[in-house]
Amino acid sequence: MNLLKGTAQRWVVFVVAVALWELVTRAADDVFFPPPTTIAEAAGQIWFSPLFGEHVVPGVGRMLLGWALSGVIGVALGILLGRSRTAMAYLGPTFNFMRSIPPPLLVPFFAATIGVTSMQLPTIVFGAVWPVLLNTVDGARAVDDTKVDTARAFRLSGPQWLLGVVLPSALPKVFAGLRLSLSISLILMVVSELVGSINGIGNQLVQAQRDYDLPTMWAWIVLLGVLGYLFNTLLLLAELRALAWQPRHSPEAQSLATGG
Amino acid sequence: MTPTMLQVTDLGHTYQSKDGPYDAIDALGFTVAAGELVCVVGPSGCGKSTLLRTVAGLIRPSRGSVSLHGTPVDGVPEDLAVVFQDYSRSLFPWLTVQRNVEFPLRGLPRAERAARAAEALAAVGLERAGRKYPWQLSGGMQQRVAIARALAYRPALLLMDEPFASVDAQTRFELEDLLLRVRREQDTTILLVTHDIDESVYLGDRVLVLSKSPASVVAQLPVDLGEHRDQITTRASDEFVELRAKVAGLLQGVPQTEPVAP
Amino acid sequence: MTGQRTGSRAAAGLVGLVGFFLVWEVASRTGLVPAYYLRPPSVVLPTVVRLLGDTGFLRALVATVFATLIAVAVAVAVAVPAGLLLGSVTWVRRAVMTLVEFLRPIPSVALIPLALLTFGTGPDTKITLAVYGGLWPILFNTMYALDELDPLHVETARAFGVGRLGVLGRVALPSAAPFVLTGIRLTFAISLAVVVSVELFSGGTIGLGQFILEASSGASQMDEVLAATVLAGLIGYGANAGLERLNNRFFAWNARGGGR
Repeated sequence: MNLLKGTAQRWVVFVVAVALWELVTRAADDVFFPPPTTIAEAAGQIWFSPLFGEHVVPGVGRMLLGWALSGVIGVALGILLGRSRTAMAYLGPTFNFMRSIPPPLLVPFFAATIGVTSMQLPTIVFGAVWPVLLNTVDGARAVDDTKVDTARAFRLSGPQWLLGVVLPSALPKVFAGLRLSLSISLILMVVSELVGSINGIGNQLVQAQRDYDLPTMWAWIVLLGVLGYLFNTLLLLAELRALAWQPRHSPEAQSLATGG
Repeated sequence: MTPTMLQVTDLGHTYQSKDGPYDAIDALGFTVAAGELVCVVGPSGCGKSTLLRTVAGLIRPSRGSVSLHGTPVDGVPEDLAVVFQDYSRSLFPWLTVQRNVEFPLRGLPRAERAARAAEALAAVGLERAGRKYPWQLSGGMQQRVAIARALAYRPALLLMDEPFASVDAQTRFELEDLLLRVRREQDTTILLVTHDIDESVYLGDRVLVLSKSPASVVAQLPVDLGEHRDQITTRASDEFVELRAKVAGLLQGVPQTEPVAP
Repeated sequence: MTGQRTGSRAAAGLVGLVGFFLVWEVASRTGLVPAYYLRPPSVVLPTVVRLLGDTGFLRALVATVFATLIAVAVAVAVAVPAGLLLGSVTWVRRAVMTLVEFLRPIPSVALIPLALLTFGTGPDTKITLAVYGGLWPILFNTMYALDELDPLHVETARAFGVGRLGVLGRVALPSAAPFVLTGIRLTFAISLAVVVSVELFSGGTIGLGQFILEASSGASQMDEVLAATVLAGLIGYGANAGLERLNNRFFAWNARGGGR
């Protein structure tokens, strides 16, 4: 009963908001703000057309591949470098500087260097790797002395130490980094496709902008929201599984970093 | 005559700190026979932990040598296990109790690992807790897991660093008796460091009393309380009371009236 | 001792940075990467200095930094009260969270074409989008800071006769402050990224992004592209370091470091 009430409370506002939106936009009849029903119609047309395969699949595929690559590179380097104070004393400031470059500014450089049509993937990898790398370093540093001694007392080999002790200790931080990287990947996917690409959602947004086709634009934006929500939720589920051992794990408290 | 398990000769260690060099231990020497349980007791901050960490090969001593069944210790020896005071950090929170106990057994076949872990968990009375995570257990139970992990490794020498200092008094008595029982059953050689005089006398076959830092051995007292000890009757016995007074006197630097056994 | 330590750490970081520039220089000079695009630092660094004396560039820089700062200020003004409200009144939170969960994953850069079409290319467009993108870290950090609020602190204050609002202002807000500050660090990075994204994409607005885009289309000006990108990175780095210092100075009591 309580559960029902909670669910109702949760969705009532949502439904009311959408209904209000519909009423206001219908009354205002502004071309820039089409009513949700019109957007839904446009969405139905483009989501279930060949456009999905031509634009969403390759663009999102590049994004996921870029994110995965940045994750693998970031975790591997972070685990290797994180346990060495010396290495991080030398490399830390450089890494931090690289992270501080606003990722979208990488687009013109990569576009000029690699070419507008093929720079999307490298841009995403280069932009998204730093949060994972630096968070992994942070996590790897946090292994406490007793665990270091325990591992040494049981004569762990190098790989056992890194994969069996350092990586699990760093995992909560790794996930925080992955979440940041995911939103950066999404941003870079869109920006790099806006600036120039033969396909992708960003490409279609520009197309719709040129055609003054506002319902279609809104529909692509909603799709991006849905995709963002989906990937975030999947990452959260993976995190919950991977960190099930944590006594009081509130993933929400760590899921702060999904701006963009 | 039982063979010597551990031989510590003229051991010394100096830390380099910002206030100049600091001698934690100096000219330390003693032996531990196979199957013996030796307690090291000393005032807090006297270098007990340094001693234990040198014996474990975790730090390289500045002077002197340690050898385990005749082999000089250089780095952590293969057949040695350590139980630390801080069980909550020594256990791996991401592994279940069972996996924590299996942790050092990598390289063994899976079935063998499971069997050894089960046996060790049974020995500490935790046969049902294998699938839980450490944080789901009480402090005393967590320390039992740490002991089980050390036992499953079947070390020639078990080092314990203030193993019962972080649990409440009642649990402490239970764990002390558990250690005595396990040790009778498995015939393990144990070197246990503690700051608790009663504990050192209650547990040990022999008590090594250390001086203030730099620590060296002030006295070695054999404990003749027999193999079976009891928290109430043993602690009330004359021998126990006499011994603990002697240790306490040594720790406070009171000169002994009778010569101390070598 | 500590001063010496920090000094040697800074020195190591500088050595690392110099090493990074050396690798860059060598990669560029030996043709490992086409020098036409990846200009060596011996060319780029003088360009950085030259740009800092160039009025056109400085105007762009100031425009970008200003827009970012305004966006951050607006985000704080909106998100902190909203976070306090959502964090302390359960039913509001339950009702609004569904909407928030739906809005948050939409990458703000996806709104760029729509916003340009709807609101034009003025600075308020990029500020609005930057606020939208940067709102979330502060909102969520404030909200979760209230979740983490020690009930004992609240009870102590209540026992001394402090009222509900007093608790919010004198207990909840100070406890949440470090979390808010951590949120602001992220917000600054996100806002800066969104601002330059808008500038990259729209022709009419003055700013770093616009400057870089123009330089990159005039193919011989890759040194200006790289120099401006390096400067943008320095701004991000400086802002992050400054906020971190602020945190260490004022929130030293908060050993946990306050969210992320």
